[in-house]
Amino acid sequence: MEKVKIKICSGTSCFVMGAAAIQALEFTPPEDIADKIEIVEVRCMNLCHNVNDKHNHGPFVYVNDELIEEATLEKVINKVRSILNSCNA
Amino acid sequence: MLVPKNNASFMRTKILIKIAESFFADRFANADRIPLELRPKEMNPSRCCIYKDRAVLKYRCMAGMGACPEEETDELKTLKSYGEDALSREELPKSKLSVIDIACSACIKAQYMVSNACRGCFAQPCRLNCPKEAITMINGRAHIDPEKCVNCGRCHDVCPYHSIIKVPVPCEEACPVGAITKDEFGKEHIDTEKCISCGKCLASCPFGAIVERSQMVDVLKQLHETENKVVAMLAPAVIGQFPGNPKNLVAALKKAGFDEVIEVAVGADITTQKEAAEFIERQEKGAKLMTTSCCPAYYRAAKVHIPEIQPFVSDTHTPMYYTAELVKKDTPNCKTVFIGPCLAKRVEAEYDPNVDYVLTFEEVGAMFVAAQINVEESGEEEFSKISCAQGRQFPISGGVAGAVQALVGNKADYRPEKIDGLSKENIKLLKRYATKGCENNMLEVMCCEGGCVSGPGCVALPAKATRAVQNYVATGEQLTPETKVGEK
Ligand code: FES
Repeated sequence: MEKVKIKICSGTSCFVMGAAAIQALEFTPPEDIADKIEIVEVRCMNLCHNVNDKHNHGPFVYVNDELIEEATLEKVINKVRSILNSCNA
Repeated sequence: MLVPKNNASFMRTKILIKIAESFFADRFANADRIPLELRPKEMNPSRCCIYKDRAVLKYRCMAGMGACPEEETDELKTLKSYGEDALSREELPKSKLSVIDIACSACIKAQYMVSNACRGCFAQPCRLNCPKEAITMINGRAHIDPEKCVNCGRCHDVCPYHSIIKVPVPCEEACPVGAITKDEFGKEHIDTEKCISCGKCLASCPFGAIVERSQMVDVLKQLHETENKVVAMLAPAVIGQFPGNPKNLVAALKKAGFDEVIEVAVGADITTQKEAAEFIERQEKGAKLMTTSCCPAYYRAAKVHIPEIQPFVSDTHTPMYYTAELVKKDTPNCKTVFIGPCLAKRVEAEYDPNVDYVLTFEEVGAMFVAAQINVEESGEEEFSKISCAQGRQFPISGGVAGAVQALVGNKADYRPEKIDGLSKENIKLLKRYATKGCENNMLEVMCCEGGCVSGPGCVALPAKATRAVQNYVATGEQLTPETKVGEK
């Protein structure tokens, strides 16, 4: 089965706002998803200053093609699990 | 115990970003909107209602502007006017950790409780091992009499079903020196006399109720409203704290308004040389023990809480001290800003006339975000002085002892031991070592577990930062007792 691709934005804005903590996935991923994910760190995707409503909704993470705003470790893990579950179903 | 980043810490970062943005936008004219922007009406409240959320946020903003919520005299005073205070003050307010009264949830007193996993077993080791006869069996289940219980935890240790649970108060449990305790209303208060400013309570509070005064606005003012030359002094733990390489970071800081950027690892090289010389000298005089002195939280803990160890604490100054001395010698009229992972450094700086301000990596990160500076895309510039491998390894546990060892060489019998994290247990251990002796003769004490890379002001993941520091150490030249530090 294809791995779930996690793209963590590591531009300064996302990094400072919490992407740094999401990088824990590279070190201590939960066992059930550890061998089913592929993690890449990407440069600023320009989502941080592209916002018109003056709120920066970072940190941004893509799980496969889905964008997660205000991403946290928990949100990313949950998304991965729900993708894996729907594949199994 | 290391507390991973959580909602409370992310909110702190967001607040700092908002404050910096508000500084740039209109010098705080609209700062009173910050709590509303962070908690808009549509959002689900995280406390009882959004109004309480906003009230707490206001206090957290005050701290972000350098005011102390505990010293509030007028509840109607606006954030705008706290911002104006920050812009007009010449003197820095004294650094202080404090509790936001209304945010403190007054957690129940730490206690042991019997959960419903209790089987009311025949052996009843809990009852038999309780030194206070506080446990009785009621309806086939163990019951702890809170009047008699002294929280020793023996029942918890012996229960074969792990049915007895400990409900701690996170801040009290985190504080290694008993500086935070409840008042008569159950709210926590910090005793400034006892506090060592380690920041462990701040990181541990699940309600984000503990704050410290930021100096970010004071530095923003230096950078944007004065002609002063401002020098950034980056703690060795900076490596890995921001995306990009160290040269990108130097360029980014210059973009943010700093005139010069120097590594405190340079000062750490000097500390290494002097501490190695001091160790050899103490050994010759027959000393049985020496401890490091560069961790300011430990330094203060030794003074206030572990007087037994005081005579063994090295007299060598810290890397920040030597770095600031070098900078002020080169440029006497500049303003120096130490940038690091540490809150206790703010207190150390109050005693050091060469250090004008102290910021955390988090605060600098917030300044970058607000100014839309992307470190990786800022170009590359050099540090004004280059450090050696030894100074670079200070921020990881074992690093200081290792650096000093390299310089002591075979000139003395050197037996290092790491005290990794200033926990309650390790404080007891240090007392014992000081009075009863220790197998080893060089103790490296770091208040934060893992070293400065896990300090409360860090942005990066400690594991990742450690790796980055190690790589950086590997590219440094070797320091010798003869190296003329700071000359290149
Ligand atoms: S830093 Fe992540 S989108 Fe810009």
